[in-house]
Amino acid sequence: MLIEFKDFSFKYRAQAEPTLKNINLAIESGEKVLIVGPSGCGKSTLAHCINGLVPFMYPGEITGSYSIDGNDPQKLGIFGLSKIVGTVMQDTDGQFVGLTVAEDVAFALENDCVKESAMKQKVDEVSKAVFIDDLLDHSPKELSGGQKQRVSMAGVMVDDVKVFLFDEPLANLDPKTGKSAIALIDDIQKRQQATIIIIEHRLEDALYRDVDRIVLINDGMIVADMRPDDFLSTDLLEKAGIRYPLYVEALRHAGCQITPGSKPQHIESMDLSGYRQKFLDWMQSVTLPKPGITKNVILSINDVGFSYDKTHPVLSDVSFDIHKGEMMSIVGKNGAGKSTLAGLICGFNIQDSGTILLDGEDITALSIKERGEHIGYVMQNPNQMISKPMIFDEVALGLVVRSKPEDEVKQRVADTLRICGLYEMRNWPISALSFGQKKRVTIASILVMDPELIILDEPTAGQDLRHYTEIMEFLRRLNRESGKAIAMITHDMHLMLEYTNRAVVITDGRLIADDTPANILTNDEITERAFLKRTSLYDLASKMGIDDAPGLCNRFIHYERSLKDGRQSSFV
Amino acid sequence: MAGRVLSYEKKDTWIHELSGVTKLIFFLAWSITSMISYDTRVLVVMLILSIAILRASKTEWRQVGTVFKFILLFLVINVIAIFFFSPYQGCEIYGSKTVIGHLFGNYYFTKEQLFYEANIILKYMTVVPSVFMFIVSTDPSEFAASLNRVGISYYVAYSIAIALRYIPDIQDDYVKIKNAEAARGIELSKKAGLLSRIKNTTPILFPLVFTSMNRIDVVSSAMELRGFGKNKKRTWYRGKSLRAADYAVIAFAVIFCTAALIITFRGGSRFYNPFR
Repeated sequence: MLIEFKDFSFKYRAQAEPTLKNINLAIESGEKVLIVGPSGCGKSTLAHCINGLVPFMYPGEITGSYSIDGNDPQKLGIFGLSKIVGTVMQDTDGQFVGLTVAEDVAFALENDCVKESAMKQKVDEVSKAVFIDDLLDHSPKELSGGQKQRVSMAGVMVDDVKVFLFDEPLANLDPKTGKSAIALIDDIQKRQQATIIIIEHRLEDALYRDVDRIVLINDGMIVADMRPDDFLSTDLLEKAGIRYPLYVEALRHAGCQITPGSKPQHIESMDLSGYRQKFLDWMQSVTLPKPGITKNVILSINDVGFSYDKTHPVLSDVSFDIHKGEMMSIVGKNGAGKSTLAGLICGFNIQDSGTILLDGEDITALSIKERGEHIGYVMQNPNQMISKPMIFDEVALGLVVRSKPEDEVKQRVADTLRICGLYEMRNWPISALSFGQKKRVTIASILVMDPELIILDEPTAGQDLRHYTEIMEFLRRLNRESGKAIAMITHDMHLMLEYTNRAVVITDGRLIADDTPANILTNDEITERAFLKRTSLYDLASKMGIDDAPGLCNRFIHYERSLKDGRQSSFV
Repeated sequence: MAGRVLSYEKKDTWIHELSGVTKLIFFLAWSITSMISYDTRVLVVMLILSIAILRASKTEWRQVGTVFKFILLFLVINVIAIFFFSPYQGCEIYGSKTVIGHLFGNYYFTKEQLFYEANIILKYMTVVPSVFMFIVSTDPSEFAASLNRVGISYYVAYSIAIALRYIPDIQDDYVKIKNAEAARGIELSKKAGLLSRIKNTTPILFPLVFTSMNRIDVVSSAMELRGFGKNKKRTWYRGKSLRAADYAVIAFAVIFCTAALIITFRGGSRFYNPFR
């Protein structure tokens, strides 16, 4: 047994309750195990116990016993463990220690006092194995998210570790890159007979290649430890607040009882014969509402082009409109120019060519501050926006610096806090809030200025289903009740399908599609070019012999919507 | 984003080829000499050499311009403050008083004071180019490797390298945060006055510090997980051993600075006195 936990519990020093309770888990050499669970369930803590960050960096109290490769981890220490367990962290930027790819890969060898020549040889060898050998002299800034992740993999491979531990490997990658990451992990396992542990809450993407077992953790305890086919046939995921693969979810909506015998792990190889009739009946029964009428344009982007250095265009000839009161998404692969586009709209940079019109007026001459009164921008990480210790002051900041009278400030802040469900907490320190609540504070601090359009950069990145739903339902309510237009930059295919009526796809600086999400995500050519991932609902449709895949997507979303709205009163 | 301020850029010059240690020794010797000496002749020679070195390192204005302007601002404040707090410092030092104009009250311009303050400006100007040269031409990891090679603990060496390595990242964060705050109305562009710009940096620093702390946490976990600190020693993938050019530069720095100090102190004090 390579890794074994027996009646294992762990309590962080600063906490009253144990984070892990009574864990019994055994992982054999060569196994590939997927650990899933909602945020805060303890899955990262479990990972830290395996790689030694617990208890050596984050101290606490351990009861029960555990062993790794036959050793007592307490005796091995973090350095001893690092020879057995190689960790690839979630934050691909943050874990980059070296100044170039080669140095980063060599880091562990340097610490082991390996001679320069031996070191260079080993670096060459592992970098070939993960296809980064032509990037050795590049700096982290010049790499894509997927490349950075491969560098991190090479960095632990130099140690010939037995276990690869991936902490949310998909969190910062676009869907297609995520797919190739999963494929590469699979390759490494097969080639090196390594043991793989993947911690991830994006279950469908993580299951792109076979895993041996899925371990579900909730509330610090192991709730399930089974083969994927068995696991997907239970309703444990729903209880834990994790999303089923979409095709499984759709079948469940249709009232199909999923059985392990139908092999639900991959849609490609799943046996749908038993579900077909029931599913088609369900499709029939869901009726779609009439599409809404198009509204007035508030922001119009016309033939916009931009480059940072005047030689390499980041955006060229981009044109699209944003309408009053709509919720739309801007999607595309990492580095395609989405954030740059948002920057041009907000005035952080000025386009080299083309015009941006707000309510028909050219805004090129307006400063960032002046644009900020009409167009709000919410950053991905709320911690990068929050600058005051108290909620009220943070939300009031935009009005205070504009020298609005005190009464008006009080009134508008109070109104905004009510809309955002933060009024009760108005005198709380921000440090007492959860990530989702902080996000709401940053949205409130933009909303208070009464902009016509709010742009959000990756509003739900790294959030589990519960927090995702909390943030997105809030935005949807905001959009419906206040009529604000909302544009979201996102990688999340489900977000775009579920919450937006329209998506523009940017790839290599060009706009390649402006259509409904259902049409985009069932179009092979566009998803391929934009590094998106075709939704598995498309595969479900084609296997079921349904020609209208977008229609299936729309019915699926509409059905989920009605479930959510039904639950709404009790949910919020 | 292209063109970061004050960060290492790879270029093909003999200065970039030098080991980081050489440049550090040069930079330290240079700064100490210029701090000690008030000998105008020495300072002028050093200024000329500094500028020549900066040019040889192909440092461009966009790399250092902003910082240079900041330094100039402080220099001006400093010079004015010296005048108002001790208007006759120069006279005390040089032992004479040649009035050339009257400002108000007890404040008179004297030749000695002007000369003294000119020397101060000169001192700033000799050090600044060598700082710039050092920062923009030294590869942080190579520098750490060479520091370690000359006997400095690799913990210290690596901390310096990591700090240098994160300068660009923190600059990117700064720009991102600044833009988002500007959109909320905290103006830092030229449209706002100097005072409100200084005041407005606080709402940016607050999130910047938190983001940076988070970075530190992540990177130290990453380093620990890959065995940093395991042994008393470590090897370096990118180490440069000292070569002939390095020894030549070090020798030059030592000889030049010794000579400069000898010349400075020959008159009995560290001030060169043209008024005697």
